[in-house]
Amino acid sequence: MDLTLSDEQRLLRESADRFVSETYTAGHRRKIASEPLGFSADIWKEFADLGWLALPIAEAHGGLGGGAIEIGILMEAFGRGLVSEPYLSTVVIGASLISECGTEAQKQALLPKIADGSLYLAFAHSERQARFDLADVTTTAKKTPDGWRLDGHKTAVLDGNAAGQIIVSARVDDGSGKPGKLCLFLAPQGARGLALRDFPRLGGGRACNLELRDVLLPADALLGDGSDALPAIEAVVDRAMAALGAEAVGIMQTLLDQTLEYTKIRKQFGRPLSANQVIRHRLADMAMQCDEARSMALRAALMADAEPVARSRAASGAKAKIGKCARFVAEQSVQLHGAMGVTEELDIGAYFKRLLAFDTLFGGSAYHYRRHATLGGRAVQA
Amino acid sequence: MDLAFNAEERAFEKEVRDFIAENLTPEMKRATALTPSVFSDPDIGMAWQRALHKKGWGAPGWPVDHGGPDWTPAQRWIFETECARAGVPNVNVMGVKMVGPVIIGFGSPEQKNFYLPRIVSGEDYWCQGYSEPGSGSDLSSLKTRAVRDGDDYIINGTKIWTTHAHHANRMFALVRTNETERQQDGISFLLIDMKSPGITTRPILTIGGDHEVNQVFFDDVRVPVTNRVGEEGKGWTYGKYLLEFERGAGIASAKLRDALKTISDLAESDATGRAIDDPDIAVRMSEVEVDIDTLEMTELRVLSALQTGQNPGAVSSLLKLRVSEIRQAVTRLGVDVIGNDGLYVEPVRPLYRLNEAPAIPEELLPVVPEYLNGRAYTIFGGSSEIQREIVAKMVLGL
Repeated sequence: MDLTLSDEQRLLRESADRFVSETYTAGHRRKIASEPLGFSADIWKEFADLGWLALPIAEAHGGLGGGAIEIGILMEAFGRGLVSEPYLSTVVIGASLISECGTEAQKQALLPKIADGSLYLAFAHSERQARFDLADVTTTAKKTPDGWRLDGHKTAVLDGNAAGQIIVSARVDDGSGKPGKLCLFLAPQGARGLALRDFPRLGGGRACNLELRDVLLPADALLGDGSDALPAIEAVVDRAMAALGAEAVGIMQTLLDQTLEYTKIRKQFGRPLSANQVIRHRLADMAMQCDEARSMALRAALMADAEPVARSRAASGAKAKIGKCARFVAEQSVQLHGAMGVTEELDIGAYFKRLLAFDTLFGGSAYHYRRHATLGGRAVQA
Repeated sequence: MDLAFNAEERAFEKEVRDFIAENLTPEMKRATALTPSVFSDPDIGMAWQRALHKKGWGAPGWPVDHGGPDWTPAQRWIFETECARAGVPNVNVMGVKMVGPVIIGFGSPEQKNFYLPRIVSGEDYWCQGYSEPGSGSDLSSLKTRAVRDGDDYIINGTKIWTTHAHHANRMFALVRTNETERQQDGISFLLIDMKSPGITTRPILTIGGDHEVNQVFFDDVRVPVTNRVGEEGKGWTYGKYLLEFERGAGIASAKLRDALKTISDLAESDATGRAIDDPDIAVRMSEVEVDIDTLEMTELRVLSALQTGQNPGAVSSLLKLRVSEIRQAVTRLGVDVIGNDGLYVEPVRPLYRLNEAPAIPEELLPVVPEYLNGRAYTIFGGSSEIQREIVAKMVLGL
């Protein structure tokens, strides 16, 4: 039992914190918000040089073989700066799906490109009718003489506009009329029949909705050997939620720090706001919830490779709890900044919006408390 | 980073399990499950303390030369967790966990030699004389006077909310020995024999129907000056040291998980008509379980820091707040789970020694009293409002 950081992990945290605080100023964020990609390709190159893009990729495929703890360290730093580079889409989700499902040839072709920064990925999975049910997919893949034909729609595809390859989930239509196996397909950007509706994303970065109409893909577009991809998708999304939880911790801590500072400086009725007990107790609650979020993000990371039920309960528990804490800390940060908190003139609003996006992604608190309650058959594990 | 315990620690875990299997009788287990107050009555609690003492485990957390078992933080964790899981009696903490560390830290050699062995063996049973009718959260305003008369102090005043004063043969108390400008400076820490002439005890029934706390009156009670711990006027420092223990930088998640498990088992039983099938109950069960997971992780973070010799920081207030709130959430859920059977009132105590079978399944009896008595969790040991103020001051620097 040891929850202290190793020397390597400490160094990673220091370099990530330094990079983010030097690079990710408010001015920088404003500048990239108007760029078509929603992030900076130059910074992505620096991520590659720092080894961060290779972090979770296996050493056999040119990676560093890191795990959920290392990802969490980076994501927390990213949260502090509201980093909008597609790290989650490309590295945390994309590289993991390829590692989990891909054939050896696919891994060798794609993973080194992720590590060197030359390939962006997106994961097109959510559909409107599914809300957050990972198994609910209506997009179909039909076998053709030359490969596959995909039809359907996808929503909230993070960083789809930047992606060189979009990983699309679809049910294989074998003509039996019954829902087929859930599989993943690699669709290149610009494929005929693939229509992107790109938009700026709440809290920074971009996302898109996808329309797939007679999208023809070669036979090797199928990721892996055609076995059911749902268990892998669940595992990868659980890990993505752990990573997002760590990012949320960084965002919440920044909001707490800034709000604490503000309530000490801002004077009303001849004394600082922080002299009032109602404010002090609110801040105490915010601090407590930041710390609780930190515990749960760490727990989800530590359980990322546990057996599926334990892993999913930890991930859903973390997502639900951190989501609840994040909303509280975000809303109270705006409240304690008074009218200024509701304007674009302070950074508070940007952090607030990123936390709102966090709570929504892959399902909010209510959804994940329900998922937690139904996982594993009984409510409380001994 | 690793959540798993090493081979040595797992061997210790087995030793604890074996010890519990040998020493926890079905009667003790049943009595503990049917006790809706904080601590087991002494007949149950002290039986367990004696078993622990025999094994050399009577005083976890004490230094070895005073009879402590010299456990690592991880061993403490394992011990507490296994005890909670097995449902061992809740031994009154006033001796081993509260007055013991103060005597070790500040007592004279004579006090250490006399009192410490009697605490570990269970020969002495302690109560705490802190709160007074006029001094709750503002504890240092206390008025019980100790006036020097030769080799004695003469005590006059009253203490309240005194847990198990009706069982205890000794009390440690904060008393006013001087009127000083700063009210904290005139306080001393005394060890009082409860059989001293002039002490009377009045029971106070809590809303759950239990007699756990009392009011204690002192009328010209003589206490030898040699029963003062440390210096005169320094009692506040010693008392605060002890409050840190009461606020429990300890290990509470395992007990909370066991309490929730009890409610969860009831919710899955026919006795409650399978309350768990109500999706609202199931979701709330998950909410509380996730809160316990969170607390456990925070406790493990503290534990890991202690293991590697780091200072865990000002977390004890933070933990006390959450532990008390989660405990209340567990008991509230319990009331909702048992439904109509919550209307039944059983006035007889102890619940494990009723003469007549109750009208509802026995295991449901403590649920409502636990909820009612449990309202005190956010009040004693420094109310949640005081704890938030401490967090604002100590953690946030406000």
